[in-house]
Amino acid sequence: MNRINQKLQEDKKILSIYFSAGYPNLNDTVQIIQDLEKNDVDMIEIGLPFSDPLADGPTIQASSTQALHNGMTTQILFDQLKDIRKSVNIPLIIMGYFNPMLQYGVENFCKKCAEIGIDGLIIPDLPVDVYADQYKATFEKYGLINVFLITPQTSEERIRFIDSVSNGFIYMVSSASVTGSQTGFGNTQEVYFKRISNMNLKNPQVIGFGINNAETFNQATQFAKGAIIGSAFITHLTENGTGKIGEFVKAIQ
Amino acid sequence: MSYNVNEKGYYGEFGGAYIPEMLYPNVEELRQQYLKITAEPDFIKEFEQLLKDYVGRPSPLYFAKRLSEKYGTKVYLKREDLNHTGAHKINNTIGQILVAQKLGKKRIIAETGAGQHGVATATVCALMGLECIVYMGEIDIERQAPNVARMKMLGASVRPALSGSRTLKDATNEAIRDWINNPVDTHYIIGSAIGPHPYPDMVTRFQSIISEEIKWQLQEKEGRENPDYVVACIGGGSNAAGTFYHFLDQEQVGIIAVEAAGKGVNSGHSAATSKLGKVGIIHGCKTLLMQTPDGQITEPYSISAGLDYPGVGPMHAHLAQTGRAEFYSVTDDDAMESGLELCKLEGIIPAIESSHALAVLKERKFKPTDVVVISLSGRGDKDLNTYIDYFKL
Repeated sequence: MNRINQKLQEDKKILSIYFSAGYPNLNDTVQIIQDLEKNDVDMIEIGLPFSDPLADGPTIQASSTQALHNGMTTQILFDQLKDIRKSVNIPLIIMGYFNPMLQYGVENFCKKCAEIGIDGLIIPDLPVDVYADQYKATFEKYGLINVFLITPQTSEERIRFIDSVSNGFIYMVSSASVTGSQTGFGNTQEVYFKRISNMNLKNPQVIGFGINNAETFNQATQFAKGAIIGSAFITHLTENGTGKIGEFVKAIQ
Repeated sequence: MSYNVNEKGYYGEFGGAYIPEMLYPNVEELRQQYLKITAEPDFIKEFEQLLKDYVGRPSPLYFAKRLSEKYGTKVYLKREDLNHTGAHKINNTIGQILVAQKLGKKRIIAETGAGQHGVATATVCALMGLECIVYMGEIDIERQAPNVARMKMLGASVRPALSGSRTLKDATNEAIRDWINNPVDTHYIIGSAIGPHPYPDMVTRFQSIISEEIKWQLQEKEGRENPDYVVACIGGGSNAAGTFYHFLDQEQVGIIAVEAAGKGVNSGHSAATSKLGKVGIIHGCKTLLMQTPDGQITEPYSISAGLDYPGVGPMHAHLAQTGRAEFYSVTDDDAMESGLELCKLEGIIPAIESSHALAVLKERKFKPTDVVVISLSGRGDKDLNTYIDYFKL
């Protein structure tokens, strides 16, 4: 069974952490993954940097730009990760924009992910319709779970369609925003979280965007299986380097 | 073969809507509504009336006698430079502001490179009393200062794009992020024939008034609707799309697109996408795009802010791939000389973007009997500082 599905079956709330590969330094990738696992994080999203990250706010944009400046490429990331399964067992997801994958070749990209032991992908600008038409078979051939986003504006019909195409979890964007721009959740979010929770979807939901501390993590996981922290972790890396990852994680859990 | 968009939003393999889910409801609403709204009689009436009374259309089709003599062929200039606000951009913003009103939107955002689209958007927002926010690269804000001032006078707020190359590409990123953050009350007026479907087609349709007029104007002047060639400069490609539109299926009409070679196609400082681009995804569509082997979008360069874009609209990518259009790449130097030549021969100061199209007369031989229609997409007032610096005036 895919490590993501296995993890989602555990009777606990999932903490997933996002970071940009190659940030703060080009070769920090493996160390960050190992430290996150050691500190009981449940799932990791490895950001594949892109020059034009449309759905990201300033924090992730800046880390992505720095990672590219440090020399990160798709091939270097794969090279860094080639032995990762010798040291960690945590579910690993690559999150990135579609163009770098397209240039690597979608089939090659998926094949390489399978060889390394990547469990899933999140590609914000690959729409579910195009995926279902053109790429689903390839992803499934290599045992990769593709994760789709929904937002407060996504219609019920479309959520049902996304649920039918998904086989891991649904990434619930907490509010209409790019990454890193929310401070705290209000009544609007709670109504939305409850609404989705009551739809009884076949895939569990994990909430992302705007989760930055224990309070928002707890609010989100009241209504969902888990939550994802990205920008807040990047900010922590910017301020503290890779030395104090444990402190960050403990403050959330 | 069809050169128009199919029902799924593709031109051949190019186009589509590669957008984050956050944009889906807005783009989908537009996709479902744009053909219906723009076909309603009251929409058509208002659009045509504004083009006539407010923009000043039809724009003249001017026989450039001295230019024709110099190059030994019959050159007509389609005078989009005489439109209100000084370029073709207003054709599209008039159309889109009316669509936005029908959709009940209260807030308008736009990206701009040279500032022409920003001014055209600020203008229609003032006309309709809607809030207007224009994203513009920090570099472009510096080199197009008069247009920044015009937008401010028209009541728009101009927000600098500080990321990446700080030009048109980055302004577009920021506008898209704004739309993600404001998904309910906002309409994004894209100014070029780019973006997710239905934008390339919608912008093309609003700009197609250019070729529609060329047909009847040429009938009056030459006794035939079809020229031998239509020529337009191309960045994202909105004036080119409008200039070509009604001739796409007329195989006897040669289509010539002129892109910016900057300091030379292979100089590393260029925006010649048809030569340097590969298939990729930018700003929500699959098209030809300048990028690294790793799929990172590269920084383009052109002396002309309006052509300084690393992609082309999907319709143009298809025209390039199928060979329906000839693509020429014109350097900064050749464009600037052609711009100055038009001043001296015809008494018209062209936008530097349009000067690229004019330079095709030097690049390519036409027969004396050929009728060549060149889109003079904008006037050069906004470029005065660039002209002054370049020619040490």
